[in-house]
Amino acid sequence: MTATLPTRPTGIRPVETVRLPSAGRLALKRGALELKGFFRTKSQFIVIFSLPAIMLMLLGAMTKSRMGVPGVTGAQLLTAGMIGAGIMSTSFQNLGINITLERHDGTLKRLYGMPMPRMAYFGGKIIQVLVCMLAEVALLVAVGVLMFGVQLPTTFDRWLTFGWVLLLGGIACTFLGIAVGSLPKSTRGANAVITLPFLIVQFCSGVYIPFADVPGFLQIFASIFPLKWMTQGMRSVFMPEHAVALEPTGTWQLPMVALVLGIWCLLGLLLCLRSFRWTARDS
Amino acid sequence: MSDSAVRVRELRKKYGDVTAVDGIDLEIARGEVFALLGPNGAGKTTTVEILEGHRRRDGGEVSVLGEDPGRAGRVWRSKLGIVLQSATDAAEFTVRETVNHFASYFPRPRDPESVIELVGLSAKADARVRSLSGGQRRRVDVALGVVGSPELLFLDEPTTGFDPEARRQFWSLISLLADEGTTIVLTTHYLDEAEALASRVGVIAGGRVVAVGEPATLAGRAEAEATVSWSTPGGERRVKTPAPTRVVAELMAQFDGEIPDLTVTRPTLEDTYLGLIGEQS
Repeated sequence: MTATLPTRPTGIRPVETVRLPSAGRLALKRGALELKGFFRTKSQFIVIFSLPAIMLMLLGAMTKSRMGVPGVTGAQLLTAGMIGAGIMSTSFQNLGINITLERHDGTLKRLYGMPMPRMAYFGGKIIQVLVCMLAEVALLVAVGVLMFGVQLPTTFDRWLTFGWVLLLGGIACTFLGIAVGSLPKSTRGANAVITLPFLIVQFCSGVYIPFADVPGFLQIFASIFPLKWMTQGMRSVFMPEHAVALEPTGTWQLPMVALVLGIWCLLGLLLCLRSFRWTARDS
Repeated sequence: MSDSAVRVRELRKKYGDVTAVDGIDLEIARGEVFALLGPNGAGKTTTVEILEGHRRRDGGEVSVLGEDPGRAGRVWRSKLGIVLQSATDAAEFTVRETVNHFASYFPRPRDPESVIELVGLSAKADARVRSLSGGQRRRVDVALGVVGSPELLFLDEPTTGFDPEARRQFWSLISLLADEGTTIVLTTHYLDEAEALASRVGVIAGGRVVAVGEPATLAGRAEAEATVSWSTPGGERRVKTPAPTRVVAELMAQFDGEIPDLTVTRPTLEDTYLGLIGEQS
């Protein structure tokens, strides 16, 4: 043998004293790689990350009209709604499409054959979603404040509400995104299975149209899903106190927001535990 | 530690009503290079995927590096290298990023830079994987298969899409790994590849192993009749004979000096293989 191979520890193999890299370290490595991949994949970056901000700028500029309550503009309502939609876009839509791609391009199969703890994969996903979501929310808040006169919360209570709505909504939509990523039968099917229902729920949940203007039966329909409650929570944070008069119930219903989002977190976890598959379906 | 890397008894797998693997027995020793041959749909990939732990079996016993692939854990996986058949993942990452990333999963990885060099992608190390040609893309898969310095390497049709030069380079890489003691299980459609690399081959058809042996002697290949051919002023002459040496000796007596255009041929591996799978169908 003339050629030599690159470093391979020589000598007798130690008997099962193999030290595998820790799950936490691999989750961080996967998170970093996932983020790099997200911002390099133009279709994902544009549709998932940039679109909510573009929509907010465009629609916000078009809906200057007063909402019948002094000091409240349509653009403010839209900002709060788009923050809710932005959380869902960077978690639910992001993961749903991303995992569909990974199932079909062989990423999941490769990872399954690697000595990687399963949790490192999900840990990486959570890191990627968290970074994208925080950046998205910061971007939308900045657009709202700079362009549409949205006031940043001044009380601790409101920041606290902002925190838990973001957290519960983000967790619920992350689980649902992982679950829905198992549904599309092909990469092309991802838009039909994920983007279209997401768009319909956005319209019904008071993202683009004030929730009070949504017809009653669609309000009930929207109340099943987490997004309606996320936008409502965000309105309680970013709208003036007296804007509560625009809510159909006349209150922010914060305990109900917490309850529904909490239930969706549990339901989402169950759904993704049941539906997620590493291996190809035997058929 | 047992001296067999892979031991399979009565392996069975069905997809719905279709039987893909119908009672396969295999024994692959440590350090061996074993090639699985067979037509499309014969059950090669299913068998390999069960050995890799990617698929569940319906019946039979399987032991890979002493463990059941259906239950084995991370330590077992860290001893395997897997080159998948058709991956298009990691498209947005560079070759170097990809190899570096996956190296970090293993307890005793090879140096990523040397692996990139080994598969001949040094010039493309900073190129995005999506920009590579089909053959270059395959070499990334091979790099990811060997970066963990596996004891057992699975290669599922590794040279599909390679140009002849790249295939030769790949073969010398496999020989290098084999010399180092890596057990290698490969599936291939190319019989010259099996002959060049494998110490033993197994032919699968219809979900069963129809022959196992060294490439040179597979299914009585060495004992089969040889063909002796030479030229005469009246044209080419051919004789099929079990004793070619005697025929050549007789020819030497006939001709003064060189026998014109003399060749002695045995059936190629391809002839033997086609005969084997032909009997099946």
